[in-house]
Amino acid sequence: MTQPTTPPARRFQLPNLSTLGPLIALLLACLFFATQSDRFLTLGTFSLILQQASFIGVIAIAQTLIILTAGIDLSCGMIMALASMVIGKLAVEQGVPIPLAILAGFAVGAFAGWLNGLLITKWKLPPFIVTLGMYSIVFAAVKIYSKATSVPMPADGLTFLAQRFTVFGTPFTYGSLLMVALFVLTWLYLNFTAPGRHIYALGNNPEAVRLSGIPQNRLLLSVYTFAGVLYGVAALLLLERIGGASPEAGTTENLESITAVVIGGTSLFGGRGNVMGTLIGVLIVGVFRSGLTFMGLDSVYQNLITGILIILAVAADQFSRRKA
Amino acid sequence: MTAAAHLPVTPPGPQTARPLVMEARNLVKRYGHVTAIGGADFELRPGEIMAVIGDNGAGKSSLIKALSGALIPDEGEILLDGRPVHFRTPSDARREGIETVYQALAVAPAMTIAENLFLGRELYVGGPLGRLLKVIDRRRMLTEATQHMQGLQFAIKSMNQPVETLSGGQRQGVAVARAAAFARHVVIMDEPTAALGVREGNMVLDLIRKVRDKGLPVILISHNMPHVFEIADRIHVHRMGRRAALLNPKKISMADTVSVMTGALAAADLSADVLAH
Repeated sequence: MTQPTTPPARRFQLPNLSTLGPLIALLLACLFFATQSDRFLTLGTFSLILQQASFIGVIAIAQTLIILTAGIDLSCGMIMALASMVIGKLAVEQGVPIPLAILAGFAVGAFAGWLNGLLITKWKLPPFIVTLGMYSIVFAAVKIYSKATSVPMPADGLTFLAQRFTVFGTPFTYGSLLMVALFVLTWLYLNFTAPGRHIYALGNNPEAVRLSGIPQNRLLLSVYTFAGVLYGVAALLLLERIGGASPEAGTTENLESITAVVIGGTSLFGGRGNVMGTLIGVLIVGVFRSGLTFMGLDSVYQNLITGILIILAVAADQFSRRKA
Repeated sequence: MTAAAHLPVTPPGPQTARPLVMEARNLVKRYGHVTAIGGADFELRPGEIMAVIGDNGAGKSSLIKALSGALIPDEGEILLDGRPVHFRTPSDARREGIETVYQALAVAPAMTIAENLFLGRELYVGGPLGRLLKVIDRRRMLTEATQHMQGLQFAIKSMNQPVETLSGGQRQGVAVARAAAFARHVVIMDEPTAALGVREGNMVLDLIRKVRDKGLPVILISHNMPHVFEIADRIHVHRMGRRAALLNPKKISMADTVSVMTGALAAADLSADVLAH
């Protein structure tokens, strides 16, 4: 009576919409804009989209890691703004050697991220609340530290990420290359190392992780701290992009990065998703932005389309979870 | 040895001559005025399934926590192969080869069966990539997972399918297989069939039997009397924080067992042949 009676019940598996969907959406968007403007589908446009997306892309990598653990970071853009202010002030106003100023910026980012992680792991506070509070605190810190004035970019030294190399006759910035390289490295880390798999497991079932003897608090703390370092990297790209450190920066990157992560097919509930999807999500937003510009349309339409894409992406995630 | 005072069993027979895999003597755990464990004894022989039963609040989960390292007893000792051990965390117990399967399905649903089997104990590739970066050896994990599941006659097509594509019983099967793969001494199962339907429950029971037949002794905590009587070699009845009796499921009736459990029947009133030795 106790024989295992039937072979495992196999459900028919639809190809996972949340992994293929973003790529299809990106291709469709490119095709559409190609029909609207014959100047759109060129390497030059692609290079520009990559360059414009680079700092939000690096933030979105960190956001993906955090969302995979079933967390969220609302303070990301502000931490980036603070790091850029630290780098700018030290390098320009205090005459600190640029490599040292950059290291200080990374350290500030890492510290803020670590503090987020500490409050989440030690005090067991929800990531949403901790990072919302951190957003406000760092916002104030940026204003106080900068005395609400921007710091212009030094003539040389901080601009190396804006320098270009040529592929098929098209110049790309080193900043774009850095972003793509970070995406690839993070993808390798998430898929082929034990800590990377544990990040997925943590978002899947924290209880399973705890019972497996994996030090989950240490893992979470390292994810938030590493995210802080990435915000430091994003600060460099921001300095290059806006030509200095601005006290107004950092207010919208949290929602923009979450948008890219969600459009890229990563579940807000954690444990499911793919950092390469986030790259596609970043590119989709970038393609719409420049495509609509090519068509001479207002950027309001970009907001409209981004909103629709977010809802579609979350719906796809929900439906695939309900099937499972 | 104070523990002997609590033992309702008769003098050692030929069976008890075999060394115990695990033994607990006179365990005590108090929380303020509440006594969770009040001088409990426990024993486990090689290759047996020892069921632990008891009414709600009898303290059996405290006993199991002490045995699995989730709780540090105030008094008493735990012996593993006759050697005293002191577990401070579940990881300590795990290092001694004691694996626990929990009632809540402790699996990561979106991850593959192979990944779940090796969660927290991934196999690394050789060389600096494995040592420093902890790069996992997917192929070896897949092969070993497949071999292990075949050894337990666990019929799954691919170890690469996500656990969420499995039924509830199969998921629990993965948790049992995982414990069996890494346990060198003892497998503890806390209500492994509680959340399952009849057929699924039977599938897990079958798996537990196979784990025992591979030579691993099993401690099975269960409320399900038919399940206990179906697979247990001996029954440890826990009552008021200590062992009330060790029973032989082949001799005693289910009704009498429940009476011992609820205190309607004292162990001393039982005839000697229903007690386990």
